Amino acid sequence: MTVFVIRRLMQAALVVLIMSLLVFGGVFLVGDPVEMLVADDADQAEREAIIKSMGLDLPFYIQYLRFIGNALQGDMGNSFVFQESAMHLIAERMPATFELAFAALFIAVVFGIPLGIYAGLNANSWISKTIMTTSILGFSLPTFWVGIMMILFFAVIMGWLPSSGRGETVDVFGIQLSLFTLDGLSHVCLPAVNLALFKLSMVIRLARAGTREVVHQDYIKFARAKGLSDTRIIGVHLFKNIMIPVVTVLGLEFGGLVAFSVVTETVFAWPGMGKLLIDSINFLDRPVIVAYLMFVVVLFVVINLIVDVLYSVLDPRVRLQEMKS
Amino acid sequence: MSDQATLEVRNLQTHFFTKAGVVKAVDDVSFSVGKGKILGLVGESGSGKTVTGFSILGLVDEPGRVVGGEILYRGENLVGASQERMRQLRGNNIAMIFQDPMMTLNPVLRIDTQMIEAIKAHQKVSDDEARQRCRDALGQVGIPAPEERLKSYPHQFSGGMRQRVAIAIALLNKPELIVADEPTTALDVTIQGQILYEVQKLCAETGTAMIWITHDLSVVAGLADEVAVMYAGRVVESGEVDGVLDAPQHPYTAGLIGSVPSRNARGKRLQQIPGMTPSLLNLPVGCAFKTRCSYSTPVCETAPVLSEVAGGRQVRCHHPLATEAV
Repeated sequence: MTVFVIRRLMQAALVVLIMSLLVFGGVFLVGDPVEMLVADDADQAEREAIIKSMGLDLPFYIQYLRFIGNALQGDMGNSFVFQESAMHLIAERMPATFELAFAALFIAVVFGIPLGIYAGLNANSWISKTIMTTSILGFSLPTFWVGIMMILFFAVIMGWLPSSGRGETVDVFGIQLSLFTLDGLSHVCLPAVNLALFKLSMVIRLARAGTREVVHQDYIKFARAKGLSDTRIIGVHLFKNIMIPVVTVLGLEFGGLVAFSVVTETVFAWPGMGKLLIDSINFLDRPVIVAYLMFVVVLFVVINLIVDVLYSVLDPRVRLQEMKS
Repeated sequence: MSDQATLEVRNLQTHFFTKAGVVKAVDDVSFSVGKGKILGLVGESGSGKTVTGFSILGLVDEPGRVVGGEILYRGENLVGASQERMRQLRGNNIAMIFQDPMMTLNPVLRIDTQMIEAIKAHQKVSDDEARQRCRDALGQVGIPAPEERLKSYPHQFSGGMRQRVAIAIALLNKPELIVADEPTTALDVTIQGQILYEVQKLCAETGTAMIWITHDLSVVAGLADEVAVMYAGRVVESGEVDGVLDAPQHPYTAGLIGSVPSRNARGKRLQQIPGMTPSLLNLPVGCAFKTRCSYSTPVCETAPVLSEVAGGRQVRCHHPLATEAV
């Protein structure tokens, strides 16, 4: 197991290094931030001074090496716009996004798995057919449109829930969280459901497909032949087997949930990282964009690592193979 | 009849209601098996042996249904018994062993989990006691170092070992009846020999009745006390194993025995039964075997009934072989 983790860690480091080159190079090509930063009436000398002070006159590889050197010390540069550390800006908005992503994941799992198992076990009932048809909507309707419709219905027409912002937060170990106040919960409701819809549909489909496959396996019939109760057969024998694909996909998708909650955050004016990214792109705020993208890369790598480890916990067969190799 | 049979199946009918029509997988099957006895249920693939086994345990899946007949377990009719009653009986009084040992154990659960749950589904016992019984059961079927093996996962066992585990699970609650569905088919002969030996010993020692479903006549010859031969969902011949195998009366039984490649016929062409098992959706009128039978005459257009010939021997044929030979 240790060897397995160490090997994965080394692979992860390589992936991060390559991605840093791509991200830095990509953003380097996108545009010249100097135009944004220099006042319109500045003369050539002032321009030169600014370019020099920011190191933008240096060749690409020197800029890159500098960036890597600083990054290794945890410094991703300062935002051109806010004059603040880019990492600090991201860290500041991280709790909001993670909170939203976790709430969405929670909704997807807690509702998706039981619904999927039900639809898998009673494939021909009209309830199952309704579940499956609805899940197609969850897949195909664009997130932003659903978000707007949700605001229209729940916030504007019915007036039940607030439509934007984050609501009251409390300090939990130095992190501002809104999940523990009633006001915060009411604010997180709509965006979380909005963000969850796609994942929910996916979990339903995965759980249903898994159930349909597993339920016909001999070991389920054998479990019945042992006289086990349905609760035990579904809750243990079936559940553990269908969770293998669900955990894999959800783990990978969690990164996506965090990284690409951009749309939902924009629609609901949720003050998270996604909104920061959009703003930074608009201002060509290079350090923040790079820092954000690097953060997402690291996030994906870490999640992949966790999924691999979790997977081997769930499926003993993987464990054996890894030990052999 | 003071000596009540452990299981008596009377005119069992299990049909599958598919879109293409009604498949009569089991159609009028009767047999009984007494304490400590082994009944061999023989037939080709698709003859309804396995469905018969599942019917006894109430494990026939949709769209199948037991539509007629009686399954009497110590006098209690299991056809129409409640789900909960069947659950209580399954694994406790009636156990089943499946054909493919690679598929019967849940790959993600440890052996001890899968064994202990089988005990706890039926009895309130402490973990320690349940564990002890699992160890004993594994030892009984010849698994070395049972304590260590309990902590293993199924993929760490070979096929033969897995089947032993499955048999151990079937034995856990000391059932009075075990339905074994081709349990040694997927195993090599040496393992098969060992398992057959263990099973025979167990039945003799504990008085467990057993239904041994197989297509292998040599296994039946060595193991069973009685045999019932099935063809296209019906029992075509049944009786004492020696009588049936030495002097088969139904042409199908004779054909089955003839199909076994024998050692003293080297170089000779192997015999076979011509034709194929008929589709259960579209059985011939009358005798289901008539299309493949060299003895068939116009009278075979009417369905023969299972009739007693002599001493518990029953044959479903208009032209039983032995009587013609006499």
